[in-house]
Amino acid sequence: MEIEVLGPGCNNCKKLHAETEKALHQLGLEVPVTKVERIDEIVAHGALMTPALVINGKVKAAGRIPSQAELTSWLATAAMDR
Amino acid sequence: MRTPANPQQLSKVSAEPPTPRREPILISPTRARGRLWVWIVPAALAWILLYGLLESVSRWVTYRAIGLDDSTHLARAVQFFLYESPKVLMLLIVVVFGVGIVRSFFTPERTRRALAGTRESLGNVLAGGLGVVTPFCSCSAVPLFLGFVEAGVPLGVTLSFLISAPMVNEVALVLLFGLFGWRVAAIYLGTGLALAIVAGWTLGRLHLERFVESWVYDVRIGMVAEKESLTWNDRLQRAIQAVREIVGKVWPYVVAGIAVGAGIHGYVPEGFMAGIMGKSAWWSVPAAVLIGVPMYSNAAGIVPVVQALLEKGAALGTVLAFMMAVIGLSLPETIILRKVLKLPLIGAFVGIVALGILFIGYLFNALF
Repeated sequence: MEIEVLGPGCNNCKKLHAETEKALHQLGLEVPVTKVERIDEIVAHGALMTPALVINGKVKAAGRIPSQAELTSWLATAAMDR
Repeated sequence: MRTPANPQQLSKVSAEPPTPRREPILISPTRARGRLWVWIVPAALAWILLYGLLESVSRWVTYRAIGLDDSTHLARAVQFFLYESPKVLMLLIVVVFGVGIVRSFFTPERTRRALAGTRESLGNVLAGGLGVVTPFCSCSAVPLFLGFVEAGVPLGVTLSFLISAPMVNEVALVLLFGLFGWRVAAIYLGTGLALAIVAGWTLGRLHLERFVESWVYDVRIGMVAEKESLTWNDRLQRAIQAVREIVGKVWPYVVAGIAVGAGIHGYVPEGFMAGIMGKSAWWSVPAAVLIGVPMYSNAAGIVPVVQALLEKGAALGTVLAFMMAVIGLSLPETIILRKVLKLPLIGAFVGIVALGILFIGYLFNALF
């Protein structure tokens, strides 16, 4: 599973990173969360708003911090798809 | 990077749950929260009831419970604070909630698609309007800019969006409505939109495309996010989240601003500001813009102060210009935009918007 947090290092980006790691921990998954901070790489993913969460190449949320419930359900689904 | 690529690994993951909280993940986040809409009517009734009581409660607390003499400065300041701060916070909650619902229908992707097919003048109007309803934070200005340019949205239209989005926002409108009434809020909405449209259009006419950083045109935008299909429950949940986030962030500014406002309300004599910020002082409008542009505050902090200034004789145009300069043009956003715009274009952007604000200031001082 590939998880990326897109954002130029703003406060919300850090928060999204932390929330994602929390959800992963909750699920007992050990997957690194990659930070993508370069603007051209961010838009290359198709995200127009930051922070954005990308799971397996798909933008799951942009411009907001999803709830723990959403995060865990996406991550669990992504883990089971593999 | 470790990937649970085969079933064995996966079963190992699920075999040893680290915490007992494994059940909730199987339930969709929407259903876990229950049906939110059933709470709307009781919440609205409670809100209306409470709102109606605010004035009398603030009077009762000030004059009876604390026992202040109603002819003193202190009593007037205290009652003003006790009435205005809960009132503004309650208005803020309702409007941020409403805007949260509206915004769940507008994504930047959709806005981008809508703007990509438009001609210039109509595009500016549309961009100004969409700037009000599309969720925006200045930290996303650069990816948005890239996305718009890549989709073929004209530069002037993109700039219209970038002017309107931060300047005409729900927090500003609520505070203006709560503290000055609907007329001033409507004037602000109207002039802010007009400014975004005209300034963006003018910038487009100047053909400054060569002052956009060249790398912008080389950027390849990925497949834009897949379409979300939201249920009403999701939208309500988004709106509640927006209330928590925005009100949670701005309430100290609101309270602090109202406290300053209360002080001015109670202690500064009537007409005190008339000499400095009144109509007769022609230089007050440019001074307000010059001071306002480098200043950065969110609307929540600036409006209550502005209210007090207005009450003590400052002219509406001057105050409006000050407020627009503070929240519409900000140094942090300019620095962020410098990544994609070269200095002459930044200069033209700030210059034209500032000129527009000056014009609005003088216009309102002349009209009112």
